[in-house]
Amino acid sequence: MNLLSIEHLSLSIGDTKILHDVSIEMRPGEIVAITGESGSGKSMTALAVMGLLPRGSVADGLILLENTNILGTSESDLCSMRGCSMGMVFQEPMTALNPVQTIGDQVAETITIHKKASKHNANIQARAMLRRVGLKVDPSRYPHELSGGQRQRVVIAMAIALRPKLLIADEPTTALDVTTQATILKLLKDLVTEFDMGLLIITHDLAVVADIADKIVVMQKGHVVEAAATYDLLHNMRHPYTKSLFNASNHKVILPEYRPSSPFLSVESVTRKYNLPRVKVFGLRSTFQALNGVSFTISHGERVGLVGESGCGKSTLTRAILGLEEVQEGQILLDGQAVFTKKVVNLSVRRKMQVVFQDPYSSFNPRHRVDRLIAEPLHVLNNKIMGKDRERAVAKALEDVGMRPEDSSKFIHEFSGGQRQRIAIARALIIEPELIVFDEAVSALDVSIRAQVLDLIAGLCQKRQLAYLFISHDLSVVSTITDRVIVMQSGKIVEQGDTHQVFSNPQHSYTQRLIASAPKLPEIA
Amino acid sequence: MSRGLIIGAFLTLIFASLACVSLLWIPYDIETFQIPNKLKRPNWDNWLGTDHFGRDILSMVMMGARTSIAVALLAVGIGMVIGVPLGLFSAARRGSFLDEFIMRGNDLIFAFPSLVIAILITAVFGASAVNAIVAIGIFNIPVFARLTRAAALPLWERDFVLSARVCGKSEMRISVEHIFPNIMNLMIVQGTIQFSLGILAEASLSYIGLGAQPPTASWGRMLADAQTLVSIAPHVALVPGFAILLMVLGLNLMGDGLRDLFDPRIKKDRA
Amino acid sequence: MIRYTVARLTSLIISLIVASLVIFSVIEVIPGDPASFMLGINAREDTLAALRSEMGLDKPLAIRYFDWVIGMLQGDFGNSWTYKTPVFELVADRIWVSLPLAIYALILSTLIAFPAGILAASRRGGVSDVTIMGATQMGVAIPNFWFAMIMVLIFAINLRWFSAGGFPGWSDPIQGLKSLTLPAISLALPQAAILARIMRSSLLDMLSEDFIRTARAKGLSRRQALWRHAVRNALIPVITIIGLQFSFLLAGGIIIEQIFFLPGLGRLIFQAISARDLIVVESVVMLLVFTVIIVNFAVDITYAIVDPRLRRKS
Repeated sequence: MNLLSIEHLSLSIGDTKILHDVSIEMRPGEIVAITGESGSGKSMTALAVMGLLPRGSVADGLILLENTNILGTSESDLCSMRGCSMGMVFQEPMTALNPVQTIGDQVAETITIHKKASKHNANIQARAMLRRVGLKVDPSRYPHELSGGQRQRVVIAMAIALRPKLLIADEPTTALDVTTQATILKLLKDLVTEFDMGLLIITHDLAVVADIADKIVVMQKGHVVEAAATYDLLHNMRHPYTKSLFNASNHKVILPEYRPSSPFLSVESVTRKYNLPRVKVFGLRSTFQALNGVSFTISHGERVGLVGESGCGKSTLTRAILGLEEVQEGQILLDGQAVFTKKVVNLSVRRKMQVVFQDPYSSFNPRHRVDRLIAEPLHVLNNKIMGKDRERAVAKALEDVGMRPEDSSKFIHEFSGGQRQRIAIARALIIEPELIVFDEAVSALDVSIRAQVLDLIAGLCQKRQLAYLFISHDLSVVSTITDRVIVMQSGKIVEQGDTHQVFSNPQHSYTQRLIASAPKLPEIA
Repeated sequence: MSRGLIIGAFLTLIFASLACVSLLWIPYDIETFQIPNKLKRPNWDNWLGTDHFGRDILSMVMMGARTSIAVALLAVGIGMVIGVPLGLFSAARRGSFLDEFIMRGNDLIFAFPSLVIAILITAVFGASAVNAIVAIGIFNIPVFARLTRAAALPLWERDFVLSARVCGKSEMRISVEHIFPNIMNLMIVQGTIQFSLGILAEASLSYIGLGAQPPTASWGRMLADAQTLVSIAPHVALVPGFAILLMVLGLNLMGDGLRDLFDPRIKKDRA
Repeated sequence: MIRYTVARLTSLIISLIVASLVIFSVIEVIPGDPASFMLGINAREDTLAALRSEMGLDKPLAIRYFDWVIGMLQGDFGNSWTYKTPVFELVADRIWVSLPLAIYALILSTLIAFPAGILAASRRGGVSDVTIMGATQMGVAIPNFWFAMIMVLIFAINLRWFSAGGFPGWSDPIQGLKSLTLPAISLALPQAAILARIMRSSLLDMLSEDFIRTARAKGLSRRQALWRHAVRNALIPVITIIGLQFSFLLAGGIIIEQIFFLPGLGRLIFQAISARDLIVVESVVMLLVFTVIIVNFAVDITYAIVDPRLRRKS
């Protein structure tokens, strides 16, 4: 008998149809992955299984957890099932926990709410469960004292405290670092084996899916497009959408050859310290070393990648390079001039670099129209461009990124995430800088859109000499879009060199660990 | 456009019109007493009746509207004109000594309720409408400064502001071009709220004699005079009170309606 | 926690010092010559001189300031010019009316507002929510002194449940409380309206947080998630509002006293203003501000105790 049987599930919220005739089967102890891009309905399917659909939802069909039809079960019965026969882990570990309750109490609550043990025993079991998920932290701690990975472990402990038959994980590792992701996925796999649990994992990351799942279900716009055992699906893709999805994930761009030239950006022995708040009243202030003697150069037209996990100093380095923050030691020069100039702005330096940020929804002033947004960098030019010339510059920038000049009169909220990133690139290009900093610029995009934007960047490199610093946590993206790569850990550069070389033959132990942790998509024959 | 917004705007408009009309014309002259006419219930000659001095209550309500609106409006003006730039400046220089200093200054003013400020000022300078404006206005400054700063701070971390900084724009320019337009809606809503609070504050101050002095009519004063007449001629005590109630209600409804209009964020219900 | 307390304590002391400087400047510096201000233009020269020496006006400003502060710390607030008695005695009597009134009103306000706000938020969009929102919308717009007048009209004059004013003293606590009840309700209701709205808003914010979803996934029902997780978190920011409320209640109480003929600080201060008794005004204002600053300090400390994020920083 199946552990979980979703049969012809249809879901509407208000007037919008979210799910169309979704059917999924899962055997006990099996790991099934639902994958797809945003809007595919994968999260809604998960919420439907838990009976946690938003108000105003109308669901049709059958969701059978062993013998029970979730859709026909009363709310109070569902409450008895949640946490007991089925558990769920969500995406954002930083906000998933009650900030004013200890982690021990929160795990114990799963046990006591189902009246499975006294408060005292529940605390003991909670402590054991926290240890089992690999948390070496005292249960009397509060969530704000834990890192993202640690918090996710607590959430997992809460979900499995009563050994449910089914565990649902909705993008459980998306918000985590690559190495943390690997350990959490391993933890989930181990728990599945030990507890004989079924795991329904939802993720947009095909490499994760290929690594962990026994069975893959591909969804698009609320439909199940294809479903099969992992090996079969990967080697015998039938549906064109599945094929395009996998191709996009594995997408490789062709960069024009890099001809060695003179250094353009020069980072020399940069050190940046932050003062931490005093722990004791009269104690010494301790400092946190965000950057410790970092040195590297980027030459004209060179495309350099920067990888590292949270806390490695990437963001501090980015702000320092952009001249937004001061450094205590060392200097950063762009074409021989210092980038940080305190109060007086050095426009000739600013003219040579631009930035594209990660979040397409926060990179633009919502009150300005697109032409004003794109034209903002023109501020740095000595001879201000006005009127018709400005319009022409904006139109050209839009065309260069594959959009239309008419788009300049619209507001930013009228565009999708991928389109916004194109506009962000247009903004970066309008003054024709020689260096662009791409700060996780494709990380928030769907896989297929990401492929298009990477193609766009490669195309731009064909037309002009463009140097860039491409910061990303996604190693597969970095490996295709850069000539050289820098690996950072704890404020230091641990390895740098030709991208191909570093990835195929990493020298430093951290780089090796990083590459080993990153899930890989098998090459499709 | 919610119902509340429409009702609120309508109420506010009525009182604003009454106040404006009073600048040109009022039904009866209120500076002369007409004792024989005193304490009349509402009738066709005096739509809202007369008070213990024979003065037409409708006329006094119209004049009182003018006083209340003038005081509250100017007080909000003081609060905004000084408070908003302070808040913007504080947010632009976040973490610096100046920022800390401004915030501490705000906290200090918060320790003085506007009534206490009014007491201090009137003890030294005497009671008048101007002093009421200053007292209420001073208390409005930290309200706007704090709100502006709290709204501006997260904006400084947003990518579009970082982008503007990379383009070399100065703090002031960014405050004006990027920060302020994105908090303007909040200011309008808060302005409406502080306006309504100002009406209440003005009424309280003139009730205890610290606000506008006779012969300038004010609703608070009318209520003070009517206190002893509550059982004999209730309309004298009820009318000004209702005037205050309706005006403040109207402003609050309008403020809430504007807030919903500007930011109809549908909060997720996770429960 | 200790660091936080010390920081707040330092802030408290600095606030008190600056506040006292402000009050001192306004009262003793701005009028020019406080003595002639108090006595008027037609004062005789010898009375002026007597007042000047009594107030120590011949000494330099800094000395006068320090004398005043040190005097206050010892409990000596100077002598009232109009009553010729130590201000301390005048205030001590009155404060036993004003302070209990403010506290009584605060308790009533909280007892009404919290259940109302929680009910409205938990039945969002429903009948109780709409009703409560409507009632609070009215409550926020009512001037409290007018509300007091109406209360007197209904409950004292028509129904005769309470007396229309006066305060019999604390010798019989029940009678004392009874005479403060109508005033406290008049003060409390408008503030309760504000507090209820804030409580509702805070709770709605909490209910849209991710950790509520986690609680539901664990098996908690909507009601359990509301009470065990949302309400506790929602109360935390509301606590800071209560501190602000207290200062409004104290100030509002001063006005309400007029309607109920209560012998509190209000009457004292208004008489002092009309009599130009600057010494009384100075001391009472200082006392009011002092109370507000202390209460805010207490609220800050309570906030830190209740919110573990302020207690332990990793």
